[in-house]
Amino acid sequence: MSAQFLQFLLAGLTIGAIYALVALGFSIIYNASQVINFAQGEFVMVGGMCTVWLGNAGWPLPAAIAAAVLLAALLGLALERFAVEPARGASVVTLIIITIGASILLRGLATLVWDKKIHALKPFSGEAPIQIGGATLLPQSLWVLGVTLVVVLLLSWFFGRTLLGKALLATSHNRLAAQLVGISVRRVLLVAFGLSAALGAVAGILIAPITFTAWDVGVMLGLKGFAAAILGGMGSGPGAVVGGLALGLIEAMGAGYLSSAYKDALAFVIILAVLFFMPSGLLGKRSADRV
Amino acid sequence: MKHRAWFAAALLAAATAVQAQAPIRIGAFLAVTGPAAFLGDPEQKTLELYVEKLNAGGGVLGRKLQLVSYDSAGDAEKARTFAKRLIEQDKVDLIVGGSTTGETMAVVPLVEAAGMPFISLAGAVVITEPVKKWVFKTPHTDRMACERIFLDMRGRKIERIGLISGSGGFDKSMRGECLKVASTYRVQIVADEAYAGSDTDMTTQLTKIKNTPGVQAVLNAGFGQGPAIVTKNFKQLGMNMPLYQSHGVASKQYIQLAGDAAEGVRLPAAAVLIAEKLPADDKQRPVAVSYKRAYEARFKQEISTFGGHAHDGLMIAIEAMKRAGSTDKAKVRDAIESTKGFLGTGGVVNMSPTDHMGLDLTHFRMLEVRKGDWTLVQ
Repeated sequence: MSAQFLQFLLAGLTIGAIYALVALGFSIIYNASQVINFAQGEFVMVGGMCTVWLGNAGWPLPAAIAAAVLLAALLGLALERFAVEPARGASVVTLIIITIGASILLRGLATLVWDKKIHALKPFSGEAPIQIGGATLLPQSLWVLGVTLVVVLLLSWFFGRTLLGKALLATSHNRLAAQLVGISVRRVLLVAFGLSAALGAVAGILIAPITFTAWDVGVMLGLKGFAAAILGGMGSGPGAVVGGLALGLIEAMGAGYLSSAYKDALAFVIILAVLFFMPSGLLGKRSADRV
Repeated sequence: MKHRAWFAAALLAAATAVQAQAPIRIGAFLAVTGPAAFLGDPEQKTLELYVEKLNAGGGVLGRKLQLVSYDSAGDAEKARTFAKRLIEQDKVDLIVGGSTTGETMAVVPLVEAAGMPFISLAGAVVITEPVKKWVFKTPHTDRMACERIFLDMRGRKIERIGLISGSGGFDKSMRGECLKVASTYRVQIVADEAYAGSDTDMTTQLTKIKNTPGVQAVLNAGFGQGPAIVTKNFKQLGMNMPLYQSHGVASKQYIQLAGDAAEGVRLPAAAVLIAEKLPADDKQRPVAVSYKRAYEARFKQEISTFGGHAHDGLMIAIEAMKRAGSTDKAKVRDAIESTKGFLGTGGVVNMSPTDHMGLDLTHFRMLEVRKGDWTLVQ
């Protein structure tokens, strides 16, 4: 029984770490612009697909990964510069719809530039399962968990210790005040989109050896990441991580101990319940509207 | 007055001449993009290829063929719209299409009402059972897949199995059929797990099956990426028992995705997958090899059984038109229904008023993955 529990736990943590990375991307852009970027899942797809593509073209894996992350970051910058920026001053809903448009465009481009097939990326370090107390773990899962941890640490350093990170935080608290103290909000927005896209790509690359990648994987991963961000509290960094891991664990345990047929439904019911009793998520800021 | 009559007669003659030269219009709606693109893409390519080939050979009934094809993206609603357009605006002579069961079933009422011969390329048993006057299909049904697998299990003395299936239409339909026919083959399904089509990890479900006492084999009903992930997870968990897949994964892509984990996996499939490995005296060998070579030479990609369904559908239709000697819809329908001994990539087709698919288990081959390739289980 405990071996079974451990297996569910490991499965939940691995997929939860990926949800956390995607959720972080949502939160960063939300903080900087109040926009929920529905193209976040497509950055995940671009990361995975581009790495596979360059790998097939003979690039060594590290170079392919670096190039894929860079490409996604550039796409993120382009999205901000050419779609979000020209519409500045428009309502948040308009901006969100723009990101939905961008996501459809990116998916379409992916089918043209790459193809409509499902691809597998070779695991970074072999496929021999590791035995832990009767449960098994793929080496790739360790990569997922390890890199997620490093990314979270790097982000907390970035937001806590660097001027640019603090500028981002300041913008999220009060855009006007940030502008008044000389922060270039336009630059902050660019950084936010680039950073989120790069994060998404990292998630897409890490998960590709386990779950495969295709032009449309971004839809599902994007939605789950969004759900994780909401669960943890939209805009909260630690919330995104907690939300992601929680969602992964709920799914795995739900499928394991209740019914695998209702796995997704269960996850969303819990999210609804959380939002009902804690509208700002597990770790979100309490927001109050001044009347 | 006389002049006028002559003029009218000349016009009429010209019109008949044009009529005789007008191409035979073959309509198609396929899931060329979208989640079922792995079905629709090879189907579309196959239809294009064979319409070209037939035209190069002089066409059919002295007329050229013209393919009118729409991309339904696997969406039943779109399929309906396009089928309507094919019938009313394009005025096609026959429809070959419907990559998925959902699309096909959405179109059935339209073709029945319009009296349009329709050959579907989708799998589920509901398409031709009960028999619908104008609807035919080429692939083996999901029920036949279950039966073929259970037959193989009997041969290996497997009696208690775990079933894991996806949430798609095909997956659910096959799960239902397997549950229905299992007892006939004295196979007991002791675990029944599900996953969503977009799921990325099935270790949880497989762990449950693994821990069910007495399980001797696992059967996975599904298509797309799910079965490949199931296969990988199966290996990861070190499950030491046979794994069976459905004909839904019958393409090389499955082996590529699942990698080493696919070794030893068995599935029922049409002979076309192992065309060149068929014994020389196999009746299906010529058609399978010629389709494989033509497709691979033209598109530089490996064939799947799905493109083969389109090949069979088109060829059954063409043969029927030749036998009917016209493109009259009622005559063509009757000719399709009387197809006998047609050698296709899927098997030998013998249709009848009570069977609009015409396939039986004899040509549904059991394959095993060995050294990254399909081999025929004897």
